[in-house]
Amino acid sequence: MSTVNVDVKLGVNKFFVDEGNPHIELVENPDLAEFAKLEKACPAGLYKRDEAGNIHFDCAGCLECGTCRILCGKTILKKWEYPQGTMGVEYRFG
Amino acid sequence: MSEDKFDVIIVGAGLAGCTSACLLAQAGLETLVIERGNFPGAKNMTGGRLYAHSIERIFPNFAEEAPVERCIVHEKISFIDDTKSATLDFASPESDDPANRSYSVLRSRFDQWLAGKAEEAGASIVPGIRVDDLIVRDGKVCGVVAGGEEMEADVVILADGVNSILGEKLGMVSKVTPHHCAVGVKEVIQLSKQQINDRFGCSDKEGAAWLFAGMPSAGYMGGGFIYTNEDSISLGVVFGLHNMAEVGKTVPQMLEDFKNHPTVKPLVEGGKTVEYSGHVVPEGGLSMLPKLVGDGVLIAGDAAGLCLNVGYTVRGMDLAIASGEAAAKAVIAAKEAGDYSEKGLASYKAELDNSFVMKDLNLYKNLPGFLDNPRMFNDYPEMVTGIMSDLFTINGPSVPLRKKVMPHLKKVGFLNLIKDGLKGAKAI
Ligand SMILES: Cc1cc2nc3c(=O)[nH]c(=O)nc-3n(C[C@H](O)[C@H](O)[C@H](O)COP(=O)(O)OP(=O)(O)OC[C@H]3O[C@@H](n4cnc5c(N)ncnc54)[C@H](O)[C@@H]3O)c2cc1C
Ligand code: SF4
Repeated sequence: MSTVNVDVKLGVNKFFVDEGNPHIELVENPDLAEFAKLEKACPAGLYKRDEAGNIHFDCAGCLECGTCRILCGKTILKKWEYPQGTMGVEYRFG
Repeated sequence: MSEDKFDVIIVGAGLAGCTSACLLAQAGLETLVIERGNFPGAKNMTGGRLYAHSIERIFPNFAEEAPVERCIVHEKISFIDDTKSATLDFASPESDDPANRSYSVLRSRFDQWLAGKAEEAGASIVPGIRVDDLIVRDGKVCGVVAGGEEMEADVVILADGVNSILGEKLGMVSKVTPHHCAVGVKEVIQLSKQQINDRFGCSDKEGAAWLFAGMPSAGYMGGGFIYTNEDSISLGVVFGLHNMAEVGKTVPQMLEDFKNHPTVKPLVEGGKTVEYSGHVVPEGGLSMLPKLVGDGVLIAGDAAGLCLNVGYTVRGMDLAIASGEAAAKAVIAAKEAGDYSEKGLASYKAELDNSFVMKDLNLYKNLPGFLDNPRMFNDYPEMVTGIMSDLFTINGPSVPLRKKVMPHLKKVGFLNLIKDGLKGAKAI
């Protein structure tokens, strides 16, 4: 079966990215078991690990679903807010 | 009362918020709705099926003017494993009673319409502003802080959806845990009207709802869905968050694999994905119910966890509308009595108790526990597709039917079948 490319899917969405003002932030050294759950859970695939095992997260592309907050909020998220008014994803269909 | 004080401020212009706003404004209350999206609906998604009964009571024959997609007349439920599927198919013409109908909807369109009704009734809707905090004095909620400004009201209704950060700040919402929630992902895939009619056996304005158990959620609690819209389909997967550590693939991959399943692929062939969305579904039912009323504050809709997983489908929109209605009634009663305390607003709970909302939450209270059993999404779908496969495969001399069926039942285990059958009968 083909491996999903989430970035392509996100590419069709309309986003207003709040540059330099991330609405979600991770703690310094997140627990890797918790992080692994988010690698699987985040609909936007924003929790990533590269070949060297380094973790990456950038909240541009966030669908504001709150899954990461409910799954791992207190353990590895330093901040989870909705983007400021008008910012973030804008559904044309929903 | 200061001049710029509102009777009611509602946080969130979703279904719960807009329904409340409309009824409150109709009753003459000064009502302000604050929505963080650029327009009502901009942040909202759903699977797709609105059971009409609760909105029909407020706006009789609403579907004649509201942007509904198609009236659902065709139901399908499939058990699927990695390659096969067995489907139960039910079709019935559109009901004569509009309250018995259900419609596929797209929230970005539908919520704008509902917000428009609230505005027509006299409510002010302010989009593009996030409510950051609540003003609380002596334990009483007195207004909101938004865009750096304070705005006061006698009552605040929190209709801010499943991640009710504000409800949590107040300490009223505390049970939103992975055990009570699922994540849903969905693609809206554009097809022509005719393609949809042909592929789903419908005519114009009539549509299908198709649920899939088994493979979409990788054998864990959850499922796949397809709802036909006017000229697109909503195709998605829902997955229970508490199984996230165990499951072997990512949620976006589940959606991709579901889309490529041999039963599904021909349905979406040639379609163009025009949107990809994700949202949390509160499905803990009664066990995640928050404190619904406080001094000067009420919680409605998904923010209050008023959503039902009834096994074959998720229902939250009709509950959001009904709870928005109940909240509005309670605030109107509180205004008449001049008492906005927890006690003065308590009729909200009574309204909900007497409505289908609490009755259904009670009815289905054991269902999430019953469904959270890997046999439901693994062994049983495989059992059914296995039986069907043997039934329809002829290759040499046939064997008696019972001999075809038995091995599949044995695989699941007779005791398990009896146990789950009994538990299931009790849970619904
Ligand atoms: C994948 C999936 C499938 C589903 N399928 C179905 C189905 O087929 N049928 C069904 O009936 N239900 C279904 N549901 C459930 C249904 O979608 C929800 O129950 C319903 O949308 C809840 O409506 P609501 O008005 O309570 O909340 P929402 O629609 O979430 O509205 C909340 C609003 O508050 C706003 N908001 C939040 N915080 C703030 C803030 N701080 N300041 C300002 N505004 C704020 C948001 O932007 C949003 O507009 C499904 C849900 C999902 C995720
Ligand atoms: S809110 Fe949802 S989409 Fe955004 S980062 Fe968290 S899990 Fe991913």
